Amino acid sequence: MAATYEPIATQTLGSATGSVTFSSIPSTYTDLILIFNGGADGSGINICARFNSDTGTNYSTTRLMGNGTTATSDRVTSGSMIYGTVLSNATLNSNAIFQINNYSNTTTYKTCLIRTNATEVRLSATVSLWRNTAAISTIVLSPEFTGNFTSGSTFTLYGIKAA
Amino acid sequence: MIGNIAVGLYGIPVPPVTNSFDSIATVTVGAGGQSSISFTSIPSTYKHLQIRGFAKNAQTTYAGDNMQIRFNGDSATNYSFHYIEGYSTNLVRALGSGTQTVALGLHNALTGSQAGYSNVFSAFVIDILDYASTSKNKTVKTLGGFDSNGDGNIQLASGAWYNSTTAINQIVITDETSSNFVQYSSFALYGIKDS
Repeated sequence: MAATYEPIATQTLGSATGSVTFSSIPSTYTDLILIFNGGADGSGINICARFNSDTGTNYSTTRLMGNGTTATSDRVTSGSMIYGTVLSNATLNSNAIFQINNYSNTTTYKTCLIRTNATEVRLSATVSLWRNTAAISTIVLSPEFTGNFTSGSTFTLYGIKAA
Repeated sequence: MIGNIAVGLYGIPVPPVTNSFDSIATVTVGAGGQSSISFTSIPSTYKHLQIRGFAKNAQTTYAGDNMQIRFNGDSATNYSFHYIEGYSTNLVRALGSGTQTVALGLHNALTGSQAGYSNVFSAFVIDILDYASTSKNKTVKTLGGFDSNGDGNIQLASGAWYNSTTAINQIVITDETSSNFVQYSSFALYGIKDS
């Protein structure tokens, strides 16, 4: 059997930072997994992502959320980024795991699953679509491209290759 | 924003680690479509299994369809499932049943082939825990869904196969409506070691 699930790159923030970019992602894997652990400097800010530096309105998201009291869902159509959910404010008590299956195919749009947990705020499961058939070679993460990730936040990108 | 960090992958490599996640087999659907996905002769040498997939079916009636799982060819009422899903603005549903002939892969979250859903595929990760145990029932959990820029379904599902004495050595995945999985659908089976 072929061993897989390889770490590709990792980053730990030494100061509050607006965005983190993974570039030149090789197309040699089948799926990508991106794990974030940290927070955002500000309340009510969602973790978001863009692919291949596309800032157009080519993204959409369906979300399922729980805040300790109620379960809700929402949808973003023709957005300029994909959405996880709200991060903890100025603490490192949030995490998010992005699953980007079949990221390097050049035939279909890309579907991304995100599980986000912000201990003090809420948790969510998200599915997002990037309406582009290009292989994903760059991922940019940001608190809605307006805020900052908290110092000490960590980001690790893994690749999984099917037999 | 205070600043940005860019990580050049080849500039900051991560050292290799000892790996406990093996690729066992992959099924990629060809141009003619395929009605079921089978993994057979699954070795019992792992602790857990994971199926990672990207799929849609050929039916044009529903936006989302159900994807079902059976183990070891068992078609009797030895399964159960529950799920919670979000599929629009403030539309959350949680359902389940304790007597089923299948375990649940996805409920209403396997993309169909209606107009407007071109190039849209569901993504999913299915974990099958302690699949080789011969002393307890087998449990399954799934994260999956699709979004089509105006429609979508995200869900967390659980399933069980009430067979405590037999290791899982075969997995068959089908669509509830017996519709084919379309070209480019892919299902990859992985084994996770515990030592």
